[in-house]
Amino acid sequence: MSAEQPVTTEPAAAQPAPAQPGPTRTAACRALPLRVEAVRQLRRRRTMAMAALVVALPLIILLAFQVGGSPGGERNQVTFLSVTTGSGLNFAATCLFLSAGFFLLVPVALFFGDTVASEASWSSLRYLLAAPVPRSRLLVSKLGVAALFSTVATVVVPVVALAAGTAVYGWGPLQLPTGGSIPAGTAVQRLLIAVGFVLVSQLVTAALAFWLSTVTDAPLGAVGGALGLTILGNILGQISALGSIRDFLPSYWAYSWVDALQPQPQWDGMLKGTSLSLSGALVLTALAFRHFRAKDVVS
Amino acid sequence: MLAVVLALLVGIGAWTAVASGGPVAVHQENRFLSFPEAPGSSATVQIDTSFFTTGNPTVRRPAVLLAHGFGGSKDDMRSEAQDLARDGYAVLTWSARGFGRSTGRIGLNDPTAEVADVSGLIDWLATRPEVRLDAPGDPRVGIAGASYGGAVALLAAAYDKRVDAIAPEITYWDLADALFPNGVFKKLWSGIFFSTGSTSGTTGPAGTTTGSTAAGTGTAATDGTGAAGGCGRFTPELCAMYQRVAVAGKPDPAARALLEARSPSAVGNRIRIPTLLLQGQTDSLFPLDQADRAAQTVRANGAPVSVDWIAGGHDGGNPETARVEARTEAWFGHYLKGDSGVDTGPAFRVSRTGGIDTTTATVTLTGATSSRYPGLDGTASREVPLTGAAQTFANPAGAGPPAISALPGLGALGQLSGLGGGLSPALDFPGQNARFDSAPLSSDLRVTGSASVRIRVSADTDEAVLFAKLYDVSPNGQQTLPAQLVTPFRVTGARAGAEVEVRLPAIDADIQAGHRLRLVLASTDLGYASPTAPAEYTVALAGPPLSVPVDPQLSTVPAPLPWWVWGLPLLAALLAAALLLTGRRRVPTLPTGPAARTDQADRQPTPDPIGPMSPQDQLIPLRISGLTKRYHGAADRYAVRDLSFRVEAGQVLGLLGPNGAGKTTTLRMLMGLIRPDSGEIQVFGQVVRPGSDVLARVGAFVEGPGFLPHLSGRANLDLYWRATGRRAEQAHTAEALAIADLGEAVERPVRTYSQGMRQRLAIAQAMLGLPDLLILDEPLNGLDPPQIREMREVIVGYAATGRTVIVSSHLLAEVEQTCTHLVVMDHGRLAQAGPVAEITGSGDTLVVGTADPVSDTLLDKVAALPGVEAAERTDSGLLIRLDGTSADRLLVELVRLDIPVTSLGPHRRLEDAFLTLIGGTAR
Repeated sequence: MSAEQPVTTEPAAAQPAPAQPGPTRTAACRALPLRVEAVRQLRRRRTMAMAALVVALPLIILLAFQVGGSPGGERNQVTFLSVTTGSGLNFAATCLFLSAGFFLLVPVALFFGDTVASEASWSSLRYLLAAPVPRSRLLVSKLGVAALFSTVATVVVPVVALAAGTAVYGWGPLQLPTGGSIPAGTAVQRLLIAVGFVLVSQLVTAALAFWLSTVTDAPLGAVGGALGLTILGNILGQISALGSIRDFLPSYWAYSWVDALQPQPQWDGMLKGTSLSLSGALVLTALAFRHFRAKDVVS
Repeated sequence: MLAVVLALLVGIGAWTAVASGGPVAVHQENRFLSFPEAPGSSATVQIDTSFFTTGNPTVRRPAVLLAHGFGGSKDDMRSEAQDLARDGYAVLTWSARGFGRSTGRIGLNDPTAEVADVSGLIDWLATRPEVRLDAPGDPRVGIAGASYGGAVALLAAAYDKRVDAIAPEITYWDLADALFPNGVFKKLWSGIFFSTGSTSGTTGPAGTTTGSTAAGTGTAATDGTGAAGGCGRFTPELCAMYQRVAVAGKPDPAARALLEARSPSAVGNRIRIPTLLLQGQTDSLFPLDQADRAAQTVRANGAPVSVDWIAGGHDGGNPETARVEARTEAWFGHYLKGDSGVDTGPAFRVSRTGGIDTTTATVTLTGATSSRYPGLDGTASREVPLTGAAQTFANPAGAGPPAISALPGLGALGQLSGLGGGLSPALDFPGQNARFDSAPLSSDLRVTGSASVRIRVSADTDEAVLFAKLYDVSPNGQQTLPAQLVTPFRVTGARAGAEVEVRLPAIDADIQAGHRLRLVLASTDLGYASPTAPAEYTVALAGPPLSVPVDPQLSTVPAPLPWWVWGLPLLAALLAAALLLTGRRRVPTLPTGPAARTDQADRQPTPDPIGPMSPQDQLIPLRISGLTKRYHGAADRYAVRDLSFRVEAGQVLGLLGPNGAGKTTTLRMLMGLIRPDSGEIQVFGQVVRPGSDVLARVGAFVEGPGFLPHLSGRANLDLYWRATGRRAEQAHTAEALAIADLGEAVERPVRTYSQGMRQRLAIAQAMLGLPDLLILDEPLNGLDPPQIREMREVIVGYAATGRTVIVSSHLLAEVEQTCTHLVVMDHGRLAQAGPVAEITGSGDTLVVGTADPVSDTLLDKVAALPGVEAAERTDSGLLIRLDGTSADRLLVELVRLDIPVTSLGPHRRLEDAFLTLIGGTAR
């Protein structure tokens, strides 16, 4: 590149056309590195707000338990809420229990649903594509960063809860709502499995949001659409009249990670949930790539 | 769970089946059949029956009798009956005497009453055209039923030789032993049993009603036939027996004899047909040893027997309805239909809890199978030494407060307790029991059967009642009672001291390594009647260690996962691959060979008007040929149609056209944002596709700026450049920022920028890396006049370095001043292309402003000047077309002619040319 030729504000004497070769193919392969995409997304207000929220949530729950005292004796309530104050691990399990169903889906839907659509709404998408960033490469980078942010958001909740809960309730075995307990060392592993499953079960919502993000130029449409459909799935999952049809709703298995927090972990529900979530995510992601690859970008 | 409890309390053995609505219509006939009230009696009872068949009624098929549980009626069996009918059986359900709409008294499966009724039903089946007969009057028939209905199946098999196979479920072998185990009165279950029989009456054909629904209060029946107080529809002798035992708190021989005579055990040696015994593991009413005795007896008779320890039972509900029904159907398929291909299942099967699926709130079950039923002693035994000195404890006066083991219906909780430990309702009161612990187990111990231990009991009374239970104690001290079961036993001659062999309850339980076994002997239990007089018992271990039965031959078959758990991801992967492979739209590229160009020429009259195709394609910044694009939903309207032109290096090309002419669409295709329907764009000899590498040599500003609003101008440019993946030193960010001329604003977020600032920043972004081809779409919009002039100079200067610039604009004057070449588009087509001068004509017409109107003489003189082609007068001066002279020389000549020139400028003819061009195209 002819760096010595300044872009002057005066007509310069005509010089021979610089016939230097264009940037090589490797440039396109290196286009939109994950680090660059992460920086582009990181300083957005919604990213910051989400980060603050996931850190604050366990602390707010902790405060609620501190203000409200230990959980009441509702005997038929066999959830982790009834043993929240047993130990730091219990508090982490409770926070996961309270947030996994809907709260943690919000950052996932946001990070995956907003990522392409917001570029389209800013008009920056066309400049990225013309940079050129190959379309699949763009989607891969976007997926990677959204997955990274979502994972961090999902992991932060139990980690902060574990730290805060341990500070307040101490370190000890995980008390089970059905009675009994799991030793702390084993319980940490089980919680890791639980968080892992929560992450996997979010895949289908993530892929749905991502696909919508490539379809619409309205970020709100993609995020809201993905959340809306997930909530619809949750509602249908509550209708026992649907019987075994519910088995095929990915959100129906959203809480099956609780099965990992038993003396003998149960894998059936988690396997089913993983199967459905993975399958849905595969198809939806393929749809996203297929659609975006052939899309006429007119935003 | 509460629902389970209620269901069991309301109707014991109401063993309801889940209906699976099949497509085949089931024909149902309801009728009352009359049978003698007692053998030879003229009085009759009306038995309410339903007969279920499907298909052709003349096809003979095996029959199945489905008997309901205690407190239920034939209606409970409807859905199972329909299932079996669809499976090709003639199914008869009936309400037993004293239940449902049937008349008569409850005789607890009296051989001369309820069992005789079954023979009557078989007689009736033999008359039906649908039913296959083994001999005249002998239909092919099996009986299935749970609890009370299971017992009648066993009894009918013994009393009526025409029965061909049975599948009794959670039922008793010896009712005396079930209600009075080891001489101890099982008061809670017995009470529920009898009060259910007293209050379960419903309106029958004889107008039978019983009043109260409050269990245990035993309202007098208003039955027309009358009944003793509190006994409802029970026969008087049973009623009297129950009341006598309940008051005494212990059974008497007459009571035992009465119940034994009505039990299958009394006629066990007569049962010689295939028997499938399904017994519940959490069943404190009819525990596993009842099925064990049935199995041993029937097997000794030489008939095929399979034993299935199912999950649940009278305490624990029926979590395995579907599997139980399927196994029953397979049993009948083999032994009634004679279909030897049907597998009747293993000789011994145990359902084991794997854990709880919290999503479905169900217990996950696995099955362990063996080809041999080992009985309650297992195929081997493991000795577990217990320690503990002799202990003395009290039998509290009034036998209260009682220790708690099983509660009717709470067995499901017991299942939970097996997992977590805490919900176990088992409770022992201090001072009322003795306990003996083992050392922590060195390895896992799977108990399958009935453990036994010898103890020595002494008391300060002659008779002692003790309750033995075997706890699983976790390392943290939490104890759980497997299946919530307890063995009661009565010790006589205890004052002198007695040594007793205690058979602990039959269970299938896993005791993990590190856990202890704890033998507890308590003086009270809620479910049983024990002496009310205060006493002191002393219990000590006697000799050999605890003998625990194990069955290593039982191999666990994990509960199969549905096929889709593995299949669905595979299918999804295939579908995803298909989506990705088929979705690749083929880009229609026009061949660029000479022949193709000729073909192209037929359709496009002015192909490539700027010049002939150069062999040195790589030097041509832009070549567009035959470009066509139609948007979705606008099938008949082309955005761009057959567009062809080329741009040479160093040119500043103006792209002109009215709104909707296709300028922006063309530029978008040039940037790889839109795929052309046909034709192609070559940039430096490479065809542009989405993401083409050659786009790196193109800088573009199209349809307004696009920035990340939360980032500063500098960060935007910086990140944009890093997103291209090219080296930072190639960016020339400083020069670009100089063009943007944002001052300190460059560090502010872009969202705070004005329109013009964004515009300039976007142009700067387009110039990052000094691209060889710069595309600017309306670059001067939103700029103020000084900025417009500056930008114009930037553009001209940029092209002067040998690079190429394409400017799309609607400001004709700007285009004319900036551009060297023009492409005019209209309605997606090329209207004209060429150098600016060519399009505007010679481009050398001058407007001369004069202070005074010019006279005709002067006009002629001017026209006669050398190099002037023509001159004409206008309102404010002259319009002179030059032909060979220049403006400065003309000015000299004009001054020489004394023409008062006030201004001299070019006459803009582009507007005229433009309007002519677009006006001239077909609309």
